[in-house]
Amino acid sequence: MNGVNLSMSDKAETNSPILQVRDLKMHFPVKEGIFLRTGKYNKAVDGVSFDIQPGETMGLVGESGCGKSTLGRCITRLYKPTAGSIVFEDKDITNISGRELKPYRQDIQMIFQDPMESLNSRHTVGDILMEPFIVQNIGDKQYRQKRVKELLEIVGLPSRSITRYPFEFSGGQRQRIGIARSIALNPKLIVCDEPVSALDVSIQSQILNLLIELQREFNLSYLFIAHDLAVVKHISDRIAIMYLGKVVESSDGESVYREAKHPYTQSLISAIPVPDPHRKADRQILVGDVPSPINPPDGCTFHTRCPKAMDSCSNKSPQLVSLPEKTQHKVSCHLYE
Amino acid sequence: MSDALLSVDNLITEFETDEGRVRAVDDISFSVQPGETLGIVGESGCGKSVTALSIMRLLPQPMGQIVGGEIKLNGEDLTKLKLSQMEKIRGNKIGMVFQEPMTALNPVHTVGRQLAEVLYLHKDISKDQALRECLEMLDKVGIPSPDVRMGEYPHQLSGGMRQRVVIAMALACQPSLLIADEPTTALDVTIQAQILELIKELQNDMGMAVMLITHDLGVIAETSNSVVVMYAGKVAEQGNVYEIFDNPSHPYTRGLLDSIPKLETVPKSELSTIEGMVPGLLDLPVGCRFENRCPRRKESCKAAPPPIEVIAGSHQVSCYEWSKSVNE
Repeated sequence: MNGVNLSMSDKAETNSPILQVRDLKMHFPVKEGIFLRTGKYNKAVDGVSFDIQPGETMGLVGESGCGKSTLGRCITRLYKPTAGSIVFEDKDITNISGRELKPYRQDIQMIFQDPMESLNSRHTVGDILMEPFIVQNIGDKQYRQKRVKELLEIVGLPSRSITRYPFEFSGGQRQRIGIARSIALNPKLIVCDEPVSALDVSIQSQILNLLIELQREFNLSYLFIAHDLAVVKHISDRIAIMYLGKVVESSDGESVYREAKHPYTQSLISAIPVPDPHRKADRQILVGDVPSPINPPDGCTFHTRCPKAMDSCSNKSPQLVSLPEKTQHKVSCHLYE
Repeated sequence: MSDALLSVDNLITEFETDEGRVRAVDDISFSVQPGETLGIVGESGCGKSVTALSIMRLLPQPMGQIVGGEIKLNGEDLTKLKLSQMEKIRGNKIGMVFQEPMTALNPVHTVGRQLAEVLYLHKDISKDQALRECLEMLDKVGIPSPDVRMGEYPHQLSGGMRQRVVIAMALACQPSLLIADEPTTALDVTIQAQILELIKELQNDMGMAVMLITHDLGVIAETSNSVVVMYAGKVAEQGNVYEIFDNPSHPYTRGLLDSIPKLETVPKSELSTIEGMVPGLLDLPVGCRFENRCPRRKESCKAAPPPIEVIAGSHQVSCYEWSKSVNE
């Protein structure tokens, strides 16, 4: 397994990454008082860096409020980041806007969690899938109709779906419509924000299979955001674990699971219920809740819940550094410095 | 079987809808022994929540009706009770925890007031005593500085804390049965682990039985003694937790277990799936309800619903082909 991973990363190093994110920050102003003055900032994403290679899936895991969705929205440039840079195929897209951004809307697409809310309920499936072509002014009516039929076939929906409305479909089928829309313009990178969280288990596996199949066929890169580590590990080449706006650990999926270093990753893994009654886990349960990102703890943001916290943890924040024995495995914890 | 705390026999619950009558729960039977945890698992629309609401007699009125069967709590048939008698059971003998703690709590009352209400309703106690018991209860469910929290409103608490308050309310009168309907679905994994552990601790402490409803087979494996697998309003399979997980005999149970990505599976390998979709309750098939998705369906499965057969001990399955499923 290790050999395979090494050769994969060797190959990746020769290619240039499709996406480079450096020290990205997204701070939302918090308005307070009767004059709505900005006193504090919600540091949803606070200094995140990573690369995504062509055809690779980067998994992003964390609990609610850790900033994983905000990060996804910064990359699709639905938000304008406060600081840092996003480089897509050698072009800095951090601060561009309007017309300049339009070509990137083709290349970077998004799949949302709730397919009922992300599909316009007054439009037919045909209208929904036609819209990307209209916006980007691609092809004539005939071409667009042909493409829509192709798209439906790719995601496994009958072609008669064109004249139907989203409410006539089940959750899994609606997510297929959302996926069809996201691949309509042959994108290079798709940000999948909790695409299977709202679905039942038997449907979830169908959608995961479809996403993996599409990636192979069209050489897509994914940023796959989810809270379920088992799902993320299944689909991802590399995984980053986020806590309060920062990446605390990142590596290939196998090492994150088998050689987890950060105490947060360890407790996250131990908290997952295993569908095997013989393994009633002797688990490490974290105390307390995630602190507010408006007023994060000093030092290491995890020290308030960390079972291994030391004195230095509360006043010095750790840096994300590579492990000496394995450079792709990075961890941000004083225990490994 | 006679010493069961709760026994549900041939329960049928129907809803009157604009499109016609639908049978959300169709002839299901199971029992809960004192002190044990029974897990009910199934996908959305399988009738697991309706089962819980039927037991609590909290079906939306007038659409939802129990049209057949018995629900016996310590031998007393709950379906025959008047509403006023039922009010003495709810919160007192059976406590309930819902999925979304924000909607289960009243946003305009303080935590303390809501908790005390349960005690006033079921016990003849003074204000001071109620206050003391509330503090004790909040402390028991692991809420830090309970005296401060008593005066706070639900929106001031985090999701996990709110669910702890709901659990405190459900257990305030020390019921013999706690029904928890997806109690951790809205919570993060680390908080889920906390809440499941809390329920387990309280169960050991107070000796109540728990009926846990969830879609997560992992949660079932970790918490339950017995399991009921439901599909489209019927029981597909039931038995103790080892029988179900070691020897899943209904193709649906097997399909569910196979389709979960596990941490051990090879990344990007194809997951097995259950093809197709759950049939709509308005046009249920005459025969086996899983027939349209079943990998081992036969022509004969379409004719009549399969009977419930005993495999061994408490392990029962409703499938014509179960023996083939086992041998594979």
